[in-house]
Amino acid sequence: MSGEEFVPLSLTPMLIGVLAAVACALPGNFLVLRKQALIGDAISHVVLPGIVVAFLLTGMVAAAPMMLGAAGAALVSVVMIEAIRRLGNIEPGAAMGLTFTTLFATGVLLLEQSDTSTVHLDVEHALYGNLESLIWLDAIGWGSLLDPVALAGLPPELGRVVIALLGVCAFLWLFWRPLVLSTFDESFAQAMGVATNRLGVALVMVAALAAVAAFDAVGSIIVIAMFICPPSAARLMTNRLEHQVAWSVVFAVLSAVLGYVFAGYGPLWLGFGNAVSAAGMIATVSGVILAFTACFAPHRHRSGAPAV
Amino acid sequence: MGLEVAANRGATPKAEILAGSPLAIRGMTVSYGQKPVVFSVDMTVAEGSMTAIIGPNGAGKSTLLKAALGIVQPLAGEALVFGKPLRSARHRIAYVPQRASVDWDFPTRVIDVVLMGLYRELGLLRRLRPHHLEKARACLKRVGMTDFADRQIGQLSGGQQQRVFLARALAQEADLYLLDEPFAGVDAATEKAIIDVLKSLRSDGKTVVAVHHDLTTVRSYFDRVFLINTRKMAEGAVDEAFTSENLNQTYGGRLATGQIDQLELAAG
Repeated sequence: MSGEEFVPLSLTPMLIGVLAAVACALPGNFLVLRKQALIGDAISHVVLPGIVVAFLLTGMVAAAPMMLGAAGAALVSVVMIEAIRRLGNIEPGAAMGLTFTTLFATGVLLLEQSDTSTVHLDVEHALYGNLESLIWLDAIGWGSLLDPVALAGLPPELGRVVIALLGVCAFLWLFWRPLVLSTFDESFAQAMGVATNRLGVALVMVAALAAVAAFDAVGSIIVIAMFICPPSAARLMTNRLEHQVAWSVVFAVLSAVLGYVFAGYGPLWLGFGNAVSAAGMIATVSGVILAFTACFAPHRHRSGAPAV
Repeated sequence: MGLEVAANRGATPKAEILAGSPLAIRGMTVSYGQKPVVFSVDMTVAEGSMTAIIGPNGAGKSTLLKAALGIVQPLAGEALVFGKPLRSARHRIAYVPQRASVDWDFPTRVIDVVLMGLYRELGLLRRLRPHHLEKARACLKRVGMTDFADRQIGQLSGGQQQRVFLARALAQEADLYLLDEPFAGVDAATEKAIIDVLKSLRSDGKTVVAVHHDLTTVRSYFDRVFLINTRKMAEGAVDEAFTSENLNQTYGGRLATGQIDQLELAAG
């Protein structure tokens, strides 16, 4: 693959895929350990109507309104869950499932009814992402990386996902100790004076930031795979949290790169004509990695807390 | 010792007792949903004492501790720690939660758990220095767990896990130790190790309060008892408050008379 072909067509989608996967996998480590992995799923569902409404109101696909829309939708979902739970006398899990699917479906309907033909915002892209279309047409080869004119033409999604990843890293770096403490032993953390509730909300907000950024690249549904698969596979590799986080980054990068390459070239190798969805393949690869670690990783047999 | 301190305080005005007490709880009321779990409880812990909180299952023993620590929000009441509100006295309290309250499959090592006890000292970003590690290792040594420092916590037995929790509390270098069922499900060697550490804390002038289940060991381990069944049933020195009458009242006749007779015998 030559630079003239690779840089404009594959470099930016691959980079965005990698950064989005890492941005989701990092907070995913804590979500999985807190047994809140499905919050990632919930976020990815609620984000859709929020983004669509933000687009309908502002007429543009930009980071700030999208984040606000997603945050607004999250707020609406919390109110809805409480209302359904109390008024309908329905158990919390069912109320959550009901709320998230309903909001997601509303997002799909809104998308179909609105005129989004000018931008990359339609049902298919919302579900599967539009990684392949995030190309860098101003680039003519590796030299373009040093060409300010060409750099100005980088897809805006790249900047968005970089900002999200930086935000995620800053949050984890700053709050690493209280996060670990409250994830392992919440009451001890509270006794130490850690504001565990606020920290928990902050973690979910950071995960939402990653989800919104990744929405562009891998789509709403597949975000969940990036939250769960790399951290879960990483947990099987090690018994130390620092190492687990490092492994999760390795697996996220591996999923994104391999997924992108297999999606583009795999069908050709197998004799089929067309490439398949890169986002779909990335999620599949992350699942395969998890399956592989579940069979062969060093720490897959865990004793838990044995009785005396 | 604790008893003398408590006896001396009997003559001092009430406000002074509250000011000097490591833990003074007033009017504490906690409810989960509609049902009060702890109702209008007063408790005054004597400095330098070892107090057992005793009562039947669901009597609010753990909840009382958690309310005092601000882990659960009370409906009413307050806790003063060395005469100060909790917020400005957290550094003087070490807390050992119930062992079963955490996931021991968590990816971390024994030494890392003990280092969690230094959180208030380390804060968000202060670098971990060799002397922090030395302190953590010294705490592990006190509970006889030196050789386990690099083990993953899931590989420990229940008793070893409880010792690690105690080591983490020791690392806090507090003046008041609150323990929630420290002897639940531990082996005999661990029970001995833990009680030895607690007694050495008391001889250093520290104060220990523990939720305790085993009525047969109350007399040999503790010098004060606090009997609770949603309401406070009795409080005082073991000899005065740990009586068959108070126990009957606290357990509502759920203790067999035989058991109580045995306790009386143990008292000699």
